Amino acid sequence: MPSDSSPPSLPRSRPRPTGGTPAGLIVLAWLWVAAPLAYGVYELVQKARQLFTG
Amino acid sequence: MSPPLAPPGWSRWLVPPAALSVHLAIGQAYAWSVFKPPLESALHLDGTQSALPFQLAIVMLGLSAAFGGTLVERNGPRWAMTVALVCFSSGFLISALGAQTKQYWLIVLGYGFVGGIGLGIGYISPVSTLIKWFPDRPGMATGIAIMGFGGGALIASPWSAQMLASFGSDHSGIALAFLVHGLTYAVFMTLGVLLVRVPRPQEPAETGPSAADGVQVSARSAVRTPQFWCLWVVLCANVTAGIGILEKAAPMITDFFADSSTPVSASAAAGFVALLSAANMAGRIGWSSASDRIGRKNIYRLYLGVGALMYLLIALFGDSAKPLFVLCALVILSFYGGGFATVPAYLKDLFGTYQVGAIHGRLLTAWSTAGVLGPLIVNWIADRQEAAGKHGPALYGLSFAIMIGLLVVGFAANELVRPVHARHHVSAPREAADAQRQQPA
Repeated sequence: MPSDSSPPSLPRSRPRPTGGTPAGLIVLAWLWVAAPLAYGVYELVQKARQLFTG
Repeated sequence: MSPPLAPPGWSRWLVPPAALSVHLAIGQAYAWSVFKPPLESALHLDGTQSALPFQLAIVMLGLSAAFGGTLVERNGPRWAMTVALVCFSSGFLISALGAQTKQYWLIVLGYGFVGGIGLGIGYISPVSTLIKWFPDRPGMATGIAIMGFGGGALIASPWSAQMLASFGSDHSGIALAFLVHGLTYAVFMTLGVLLVRVPRPQEPAETGPSAADGVQVSARSAVRTPQFWCLWVVLCANVTAGIGILEKAAPMITDFFADSSTPVSASAAAGFVALLSAANMAGRIGWSSASDRIGRKNIYRLYLGVGALMYLLIALFGDSAKPLFVLCALVILSFYGGGFATVPAYLKDLFGTYQVGAIHGRLLTAWSTAGVLGPLIVNWIADRQEAAGKHGPALYGLSFAIMIGLLVVGFAANELVRPVHARHHVSAPREAADAQRQQPA
């Protein structure tokens, strides 16, 4: 079932339900794609500045 | 291969990065121009020859998306992403061999044909899955993925240029660059293959309506409906209008202000092109997400109606104020990106989620058509006007008038879109049988 986060009712010390998604995996997955995209956007901004300075 | 079903508790927020890992990779296609000058000098090619791999790749993108869509629906997103990974990366590896041995036909075959199949299958691979995971926000979900296709060129362009500067622009340097591209993209796309999951059919999403509650139309039936062809015209018109600016952005802004007190330098024109890329990417996520709130038909009214108005403003007053010219061009490019990103959600609204990926694949033939039509209109007219002794903004006046006409036609086609007639709907037992067949044994 699609879910936005872990069930809020579970206490922190309790084991995660089988098949649940560790938050670290979500962060890692987003960093995997965000890091190169950030590099591309940075390079783009550097180039776009030439419109106002060139 | 059975579609990978998500275990209970699987977060849907893992699916967008899975989709992005594929789209950010295959979006490299728009950065092919980086390889053109080195290839031309290393293998003694002219400009037309060096463009061949890219052109063939775009043709293969359209063909494989159109004809492979049903296979993608049947085998699921993991199969599709694996095919995309293997084809796209192999394309680079074959090209590396071609560059090293100075066999240009291998580069055309590798990057253009094999890699192009990877582009088409990869482009449609996450669409259906994202819509199923985010029935409450389909525009945002597909907007994220399709933004990745725009973002891919932003990453690849400087990255490839730096690699060529390090390895050298001779045939060995190009071969090494192709090799590194192929291996890196294979690793990068693996994330998508590993993470993508489809939601369990019997357990609809917590938020929003169940996909199974609405209209469901098969891909075979969809192409027989007027709604499909109205959307085809809408997409074709919107993409052609965007390409009308994109194709000649740098010479266009230079020509418009050539006789003014503040002419545009080559570096400023390059900055303008970069800004257009940013608008294209922002439009994909921004406008597509907005369509979840204001509706798909309304957002296309905006793309096509306001897009025509922007073209009119450029044609009438563009040469009198640089900020106005830049602003109008940015808005047009944001609509261009938005049009690409919103169309899967529009298809889902009309035809349901049953085979939306396959229907989207068939609709992308509008993109291929516009890819030929847009540059043809702008370049041919500009060349003819130049031959007739015209210069400056006068080179583009007729092109802009044609773009406005196309956008008006697209606007009218959008107005003709109505809910799909019940005779095209898929019966519930058949859909259930298909869903059952896709369950792993």
